[in-house]
Amino acid sequence: MATELAAQSSSESRVSNSMEFVKRQVATLFELPAGLVLESGATIGPIQVAYETYGTLSARKDNVIYICHALTGDAHVSGRYTASDRKPGWWDGFVGPGKAIDTNKYFVICSNVLGGCQGTTGPGSLDPETGVPYGPDFPFITIRDIVCVHNALLDYLGIERTLAVIGGSLGGMQILEWAVSRPERVGSAVLLASGAKLKAQGIAFNAVGRRAIYADPLFRGGRYYREEEKPKFGLALARMIAHITYLSEQSIELKFGRKLQNGDQFEYNLRSETEFQVESYLHYQGRKFVDRFDANSYLTLTRAMDYFDLAERHGSLAEAFAKTQARFLVVAYNSDWLFPTSQSLEIVRALVEARRHVTFYELQSPYGHDAFLVDSELPKLERLVAPFLARRFQDGIFEGTSSAVK
Amino acid sequence: MCAKRLHLPDPRTAVTNDLIISQIERGSRVVDLGCGDAELLDRLRLEHDCDVLGVEFDEEAFVHAIARGVPILQADLNQGLQALPSHAFDYAVLSQTLQQIRRPLELLHDIFRVAQRAVVVVPNFGHWRIRLQVGLLGRAPVTDNLPYEWFESPNVHFLSMLDFRELAGRGDFRIVNEIPIIGDRAVDRACYANLRAHSAMYVLERAGPPVPH
Repeated sequence: MATELAAQSSSESRVSNSMEFVKRQVATLFELPAGLVLESGATIGPIQVAYETYGTLSARKDNVIYICHALTGDAHVSGRYTASDRKPGWWDGFVGPGKAIDTNKYFVICSNVLGGCQGTTGPGSLDPETGVPYGPDFPFITIRDIVCVHNALLDYLGIERTLAVIGGSLGGMQILEWAVSRPERVGSAVLLASGAKLKAQGIAFNAVGRRAIYADPLFRGGRYYREEEKPKFGLALARMIAHITYLSEQSIELKFGRKLQNGDQFEYNLRSETEFQVESYLHYQGRKFVDRFDANSYLTLTRAMDYFDLAERHGSLAEAFAKTQARFLVVAYNSDWLFPTSQSLEIVRALVEARRHVTFYELQSPYGHDAFLVDSELPKLERLVAPFLARRFQDGIFEGTSSAVK
Repeated sequence: MCAKRLHLPDPRTAVTNDLIISQIERGSRVVDLGCGDAELLDRLRLEHDCDVLGVEFDEEAFVHAIARGVPILQADLNQGLQALPSHAFDYAVLSQTLQQIRRPLELLHDIFRVAQRAVVVVPNFGHWRIRLQVGLLGRAPVTDNLPYEWFESPNVHFLSMLDFRELAGRGDFRIVNEIPIIGDRAVDRACYANLRAHSAMYVLERAGPPVPH
């Protein structure tokens, strides 16, 4: 989600070891007239999907790892496009040659989600019927629709089954949906700081973020693409609110405390909005976000997140998981209050009840929900994920499904 | 917990594991509480066709279990078994762990919420060497089987076979099987077991009606 935290610490310190640069690719799927019939009943097409791949697909096609990014991520997971890029991809500390997800060994795919704004069809794309951007007419998107497009990209790439699908937060919801709806394609499912639903508190924060966008006069009912000024104040505010939920009480205290931005004296000025360092930081996060994100996409994707509820759709979580064939690795962070450990445990209990192969670990970290993106926290995660993937790879994903469950 | 079960030069681990496996029906669902690096579960899975799950708190052991491909949950047994659903297992194994649990009776009750039977292995502090060290030398016991100085021991309780029987009675657990381990052998029936056994294995069932969820 707040990829900046990770990128900040990694960008200057680490230049990707790989000499090769990565390239963003685009696939056109769901051509009309068939298109993609969405969960809402609407049809959309064609869908452009922006994706990147790293590493080499094995001859047996048994080394595929699909990464599902979180709310505001994109397909650019690792490496740089050019030597002059200031920052590498959002998970460069975890994915790459010799890293936890080792691209010398695995073939890694990441695509921008449907409804996003970083190359995949979303509200900012041109509606083929009208020739102007969809804006508020972009159809309602669910996690299931997003995963449908992931599957179509696998078809397009000629890949039948993944070794693993991996994702944190909203990415984790995609992982769950994928493992349940297309079990034959998921060799293992790695779920980080996520849940089988967003609880009321999360919906509440999303609601305030959306309100901030709606209330921005420049939002113009979502039809702002031809305007010179974009609705950036509302979007920035939405980001500031959300960003607080990605941190923890402890990490925000450690990083900022009550430190002032300029000097150590109060200004006694009500107009000053950035007197405390934490204020300045949030404003900076908001400002930076609006340069790369679209307000309509934010509305679309937060709604997709709100709607997701695996148990409600399948009767119970255990019934949902009874359909799966994957091995699961569920990781929670003790300081995450957006998706607290209790939500991971709910998933774990249901997986055990459904007699699935599940491994669960709660990592200790002060960094809250975003810990899986923070470079200094990655070694702890690697200790779990690397052997899990290695074992899954060693056992082979085409060796029959019974071994996957036992 | 169970650092001793991590690396296995200790022949007693193999003896104990053989003994535990002999008590478990082929094809059962088994949870091992304090499973260490999951060696027992790996054997149960491969040799005995069991459907297995480990529970362990130690990170190093946990990572070993992942590398074996055994499903495993991180949990502190002192906090109970909240990660486990009710009635999910045929057997729960608790090997050389009960004496490290702050409230053993509560854990045993929780075990019978999730499993039909418990296979419990406990060290026997009634062993004659320990009695000698305490009684004659006046020292806290350190033996091959209990190799910890008192100040670094993970064991918070000291019980003998007689004590365990009393605990079973108090918890309303039925002892289906009691097997003392003497030296490197599990012995079905032994005279003076409480003097001679360094450990004992118990298979327990709930005597009363099953607890609702």
